[in-house]
Amino acid sequence: MRFDCVIIGGGLAGLTAGLKLQSKGLDTAIVSTGQNALHFFSGSFASMQEAPAEIIELFSAAGIKLHYEKGVRLMPLGTFRDAELSLEDIELFKAPKFAKKALVVNLSGFHDFFASFLAEGLEKQGISCQIRSINFPELEALAKSPSEMRSVQIARIMDRITDKVIREVRMLLSDEDAVVLPQVFGLQDSAVIEQLRKGIPVRVVFAGTLPPSVPGIRTQMLLKRRYEALGGTFMASDEVLKAHLYEGRVHSIATRNLDNHFIEADNFILATGGYFSKGLRSNPFGISEPIFGLDVRFDENRSAWYNPSFAADQPYMKYGVVTDASLHALREGKALENVFAIGSILGGTRPELGTGAGLAIRSALEASNQILNIK
Amino acid sequence: MNLQEFTQSKYNFEECMKCTVCTAYCPVLQVNPLYPGPKQAGPDGERLRLKDPFFFNYALKYCMNCKRCEVACPSGVKVADLIQAARIKHDHSKPKLRDRMLASTDTMGSLARPLAPVVNATIGLGVTKSLLDATLKIDKHRTFPKYSGRSFEGWLKRHAKAQAAFPEQVAYFHGCYVNYNYPQLGKDLVKVLNALGVGVQLLEKEKCCSIALITNGMSGKATKQATHNVGVLRKAIIDKGLKVLTTSSTCSLTLRDEYPGLLGIDNSDIRGAIQIAVRYIYEKLEGGAKLEFKPDYHKKIAYHVPCHMERLGWGVFSEKLLRSIPGVEFTLLDSNCCGIAGTYGFKKENYEASQKIGEPLFNQIREVNPDVVACDCETCKWQIEMSTGYKVMNPISILAEALA
Ligand SMILES: Cc1cc2nc3c(=O)[nH]c(=O)nc-3n(C[C@H](O)[C@H](O)[C@H](O)COP(=O)(O)OP(=O)(O)OC[C@H]3O[C@@H](n4cnc5c(N)ncnc54)[C@H](O)[C@@H]3O)c2cc1C
Ligand code: SF4
Ligand code: SF4
Repeated sequence: MRFDCVIIGGGLAGLTAGLKLQSKGLDTAIVSTGQNALHFFSGSFASMQEAPAEIIELFSAAGIKLHYEKGVRLMPLGTFRDAELSLEDIELFKAPKFAKKALVVNLSGFHDFFASFLAEGLEKQGISCQIRSINFPELEALAKSPSEMRSVQIARIMDRITDKVIREVRMLLSDEDAVVLPQVFGLQDSAVIEQLRKGIPVRVVFAGTLPPSVPGIRTQMLLKRRYEALGGTFMASDEVLKAHLYEGRVHSIATRNLDNHFIEADNFILATGGYFSKGLRSNPFGISEPIFGLDVRFDENRSAWYNPSFAADQPYMKYGVVTDASLHALREGKALENVFAIGSILGGTRPELGTGAGLAIRSALEASNQILNIK
Repeated sequence: MNLQEFTQSKYNFEECMKCTVCTAYCPVLQVNPLYPGPKQAGPDGERLRLKDPFFFNYALKYCMNCKRCEVACPSGVKVADLIQAARIKHDHSKPKLRDRMLASTDTMGSLARPLAPVVNATIGLGVTKSLLDATLKIDKHRTFPKYSGRSFEGWLKRHAKAQAAFPEQVAYFHGCYVNYNYPQLGKDLVKVLNALGVGVQLLEKEKCCSIALITNGMSGKATKQATHNVGVLRKAIIDKGLKVLTTSSTCSLTLRDEYPGLLGIDNSDIRGAIQIAVRYIYEKLEGGAKLEFKPDYHKKIAYHVPCHMERLGWGVFSEKLLRSIPGVEFTLLDSNCCGIAGTYGFKKENYEASQKIGEPLFNQIREVNPDVVACDCETCKWQIEMSTGYKVMNPISILAEALA
């Protein structure tokens, strides 16, 4: 099988590159084993100090509305953090005191939402708080198996009874000027978010739950659907095992399911993520990249990998695949002509490109531009 | 040195990082509150079961073995295999008569086939269905696949000479469905392969791939049949140097992955040569072979990737072939389970869940409103046809129909 470009890894970085290249007329494929870090996405893109029009457009064509403001957002445990580019679910405030009086609403039996921490945090900012819990009979079936009272299962039900949720919340409101709800709405479509904001007469703020992230899963699903609608080939259940190199170029890759049917392409993008997604592997002797055997930057002295203080920045998070200025990946010190590395696999090796989702998007756009220029 | 070689177990259960991603994709968990879900039933439960088999939970029988949890898991945990293996190991309850009947697709087939008109008429009757519902707990809403009066094997034997004349040869694992219920699919495959200059042979004597036995708690019989099958597959693949093609995604997955994974039968020397036909045909065309299509063919096709095809990672071959037929307007349906999962949806206790699981898929099909739904799985076909009224065809049959 042959493509103009094959992308390995279907997380935020891989999908962004795929969308861009596919929408510019290239024939691309994404090969991905397992789901990705978007399933834990808070809804805010780290280190996006600007709002690239291109990203807003690519995402909005997929049905994902982004908004951009410099501000702060509410975190799951009632603290506040600076945030910029975010999904529409996320409210961005000028300052943490976003209301005078807030109503924090939980759903009976749901333990993955931290209402009391949230209320405590808000009180600290001078927002007086009330916690109320709504009992929806529709959730009772779920409650039979408490281990499954989880965000996604709940969202499936909430999205069917949005009108009822609005009615119940309105009934609880007295003189509050804001409502805080768990992020369990809009699994398929963010229209539900809009509907809640329209139906509830005060400011509606969504706060994170334990994973999986409902807005993150929606984002992943919409990006993938758009990619496929543009004619992209998404191979959801295959793992790239190795690459065939010849004179500084990769001509094909081998996967677990295709045996000796190799996938060929002019260019390859490596977007296999960090340790979490196994793009990087570590053992007591070192850190490696398993598909191409790329050069990885890490400290030879193993005790330097960790900072014993749990809350401190961890040095191992900075380790990653080494690239040249145009994001070509290096192997034995030499750049591979047609292999680009993007997203979390870069770790902290390219600080100028940012971190987290910001790094994923910037590096994806940059590598795609390189590929489009070669064409 | 790769330390993990020494620390990894067969189904990778210790790799589970408790991220809960699998629970978001399990179709059963969405509709059946009695099912503990892939994480609990799989890696979490395994930790307990290793300590004491007492912790085995009979609710594991609600797992449909659709493998969606495995497709989703970012850590490579073989969640569904863990669950099925636990059932094989710990569930010693005797399978009910109904489950034995549903699972014995080939015995039932060879009994019913000679009497096909009678059997078809009888099981089509409302009374019979209600009777089956009441006595055997086979849901009365189900339409039974019809039995064909003539088996595919018999048909191909009659054409063996002509097939042998083709310069290139493949063997075909047709499976019970093609043999007893729908020989036309096998004939369609022969038509397409012949057009590519390839002749089709039978295996020496295949038995049912046995997936239904495995999921219905009859792993002993399954192991016997699987061992037999691996023997005849070896004869074709190693002795004769042939590839073995299938037209069913579930048969392919079972022969390639469930034999070593669940029944402990080593097939590493032949696994790569067992392929679904669309892949073989795609590779032929890529290698320069040509198919002549009707100039005036026109069809709006919506393709549903069956769960097991998704697990195999081969949906791309069907998609690319269908797209390459001139006059085809193609839509790829979202990744959703149809809810039938082999014999699962036939059981009365699963009927309602089964239909609920399929709803998003059925709704999307109605929205797209295609001339035909394409799909590589026979049980998906029954489910989608019964639930939506849309006609379902295997991509191979669509290719055959479009040939000039
Ligand atoms: C728990 C968690 C929460 C986070 N929350 C945020 C947040 O709120 N905001 C933010 O800005 N950033 C967050 N991040 C950072 C996050 O890593 C990035 O935002 C971004 O999502 C990373 O995208 P990626 O595409 O580079 O990698 P990933 O999302 O990790 O995707 C990599 C994909 O490649 C696949 N893959 C790996 N190896 C292979 C192979 N051999 N063959 C085929 N496929 C393969 C993996 O299975 C995976 O699907 C979070 C990270 C984690 C781990
Ligand atoms: S998706 Fe995989 S790692 Fe995550 S909880 Fe399920 S089995 Fe464990
Ligand atoms: S195989 Fe299917 S039904 Fe069974 S746990 Fe996994 S996703 Fe759920």
